[in-house]
Amino acid sequence: MSPKGWSSNAANPESTADVKKAARAASARLDGVRSVPMPPMVKYLDQDGELLEKQSMSDELALEGYRVMLRGRRFDERCVSLQRQGRMVTLAPGIGQEAATVGAAMALDATTDWFVPQYRELAGQLWHGYPLRLAFLWHVGHPIAFQVPGDLNMLPFQAAIAGQLPQAVGLAWGLRLKRARGVVVAVFGDGGTSQGDFHEAANLAGVMKAPIIFLCQNNGWAISTTVEQQTASETLAQKAVAYGFPGIQCDGNDLFAVYATVREAVTRARNGEGPTLVEAITYRLGLHTTADDPTRYEPREMHDMWVDRDPLRRMQLHLVSRGVIDRSGLERMEDEVKEELRVAWDEAQKEPAPDPSYYFGHVHAAPSTRLGGQLKRFERDGPG
Amino acid sequence: MVSSSDSSATALAELTVVEAINQALAIEMERDERVVVFGEDVGVTGGVFRATDGLFARYGEARVIDTPLAEGVIAGAAIGLAIAGWVPVAEIQFLGFAHNGFNQVVDQLARVRYRSAGRFSAQVTVRAPYGGGVRAPELHSDAFEAHFTHAPGLKVIAPSTPADAKGLLLASIRDPDPVLFLEPLRGYRQVKGEVPAGDYTVELGEARVAREGSDVTVIGWSAAVQVALQAAEDAQAKGISVEVLDLRSLVPLDVKAIAASVSKTGRAVVVQEAPLTSGFAAEVVATIQEEAFFSLQAPIRRVAAPDVPYPVQMLEEHYVPNAERVLEAIVATTRD
Repeated sequence: MSPKGWSSNAANPESTADVKKAARAASARLDGVRSVPMPPMVKYLDQDGELLEKQSMSDELALEGYRVMLRGRRFDERCVSLQRQGRMVTLAPGIGQEAATVGAAMALDATTDWFVPQYRELAGQLWHGYPLRLAFLWHVGHPIAFQVPGDLNMLPFQAAIAGQLPQAVGLAWGLRLKRARGVVVAVFGDGGTSQGDFHEAANLAGVMKAPIIFLCQNNGWAISTTVEQQTASETLAQKAVAYGFPGIQCDGNDLFAVYATVREAVTRARNGEGPTLVEAITYRLGLHTTADDPTRYEPREMHDMWVDRDPLRRMQLHLVSRGVIDRSGLERMEDEVKEELRVAWDEAQKEPAPDPSYYFGHVHAAPSTRLGGQLKRFERDGPG
Repeated sequence: MVSSSDSSATALAELTVVEAINQALAIEMERDERVVVFGEDVGVTGGVFRATDGLFARYGEARVIDTPLAEGVIAGAAIGLAIAGWVPVAEIQFLGFAHNGFNQVVDQLARVRYRSAGRFSAQVTVRAPYGGGVRAPELHSDAFEAHFTHAPGLKVIAPSTPADAKGLLLASIRDPDPVLFLEPLRGYRQVKGEVPAGDYTVELGEARVAREGSDVTVIGWSAAVQVALQAAEDAQAKGISVEVLDLRSLVPLDVKAIAASVSKTGRAVVVQEAPLTSGFAAEVVATIQEEAFFSLQAPIRRVAAPDVPYPVQMLEEHYVPNAERVLEAIVATTRD
């Protein structure tokens, strides 16, 4: 994590009470008593990476999961840095949320199952098979980043909050109608649960018993808006109850917890038992986007509290304490990831700039006479 | 151009617009097992206008599906169904309610191909009856077509006759890109016509000369075409020969047909049911100005509703353009 440049006026005296209130609310979210009957929050790792109970992921798989989380983290850090140098467009890093998205992706069979992103789940997309080179091209504004490779079961990034959810439900419903094996994981955030698209999608999914897992990354913030400002519900998971399917919370900074929770939901979906809403409790350690300044609204104490719960740190402590990897192994992994990023960024930079007329190409299968005429004029005279 | 893949298409039957639409849906569901029809009340009851009548009985609940009352997810789910390999035909019960799903139609459905740089496409047809004059409640009568013609990637089709409704709907469902298929609510049962019996398509993007004439071109689409034809008949009595061009397809627009007709007559009146400002008639007028300016002998006139929201039932006959108003415009343009 790069330092955020905390300024002395970040928390004025009046907001101290708010800070405490927010911190209390946050811990109530993690540990609180529920007035709506809910299953207990799924959690395997404690803050220091010790197992609270037995979990099912093999050490080898856990190490691979950690590697992809690290790849996502280092990618985001690199991109924020490149953006600050003016070499990338505005982007939304997923720093701090790697376990939530990688854990969910690991529960899928990439050959049959779909990963439907919002825009802050790149780490999970990398696990599912999205290439780093395209991820870099996304952040320079190259259109081919949206052209999901042909064999990859993934929809493109979605800027409209929760706009992907009705589509993901249609996709899941369509797979069920075909009696296909596939299921869909659709990712969105806490802010997304306020959107009509979320509610319409959840409602239809329940009615159609669509094989979908709604993965809500509750990262505490919708830009500067807290979850408490977003909803009066005690949990986001309980919203599923109204739509007739289970909602469950898991520790979103615990790779084992997310993996186990989503895996169970995937099994239910595959067995025709319908959707699940998984609320992965995590935290956005970085910025909303590179255009955001969290020091205007984020209590520093809250940030620090979540730094201690960093999913990478916990996983690393766990893997080292189990002897799965040692310090030199971790260093080697860092070097390998660094090299992968260097190679992918080099490749991305070699990608030819899109032809100026590129954007005419994919409006319709075949351009209309009118659009064809516009293209001809464009090629002759440019956009004027 | 009409193309037929079936010799029985030549047999004719007198049908209403809604019957012709029903026939097209049945033909396509029979022909292509990927076609699924869904929306509010399209199943057992066969649609509030009976456009989907009989389909549930024939094709069952897996392919003819009553959905929750939510236009956003009806349009949005159509995208996902298409990506899963189905050919969705979604019904929005009245176009006025499509705005509840505006993001999914305009920002999502229209852009599936574009925003995935060609990886995905959405062979989706969204059907919606629209337009006024049937004494329906608020928001059931508005002619909102221009809200959707401004969405690159989305085709917008608006037939006026039963034969075109059938052929264009079959072409829309088979089109590889999303189509908003606007059905003339007023014409659903009022407009009857001869419809070929079998399977045929009418190409998207081709206007139809509904009546030939030499003095003035009146351009309309959907229910306004009947109004234009009535006005043309009345103008004939006054010795004015009117050509009526039925656009049938707003996007893509048949620029050639518009230019050809106006070049011939030198005068044009464009009729729309929607309020005047920023209506689709403005697009047609601009097109004439670009393509046939030097043939014009008079300013182009528009006949439209005033810039007020669609009124309640007791006032609507004073709102929707009628043949009298179109005739006035025809006569005026010959005096300009």
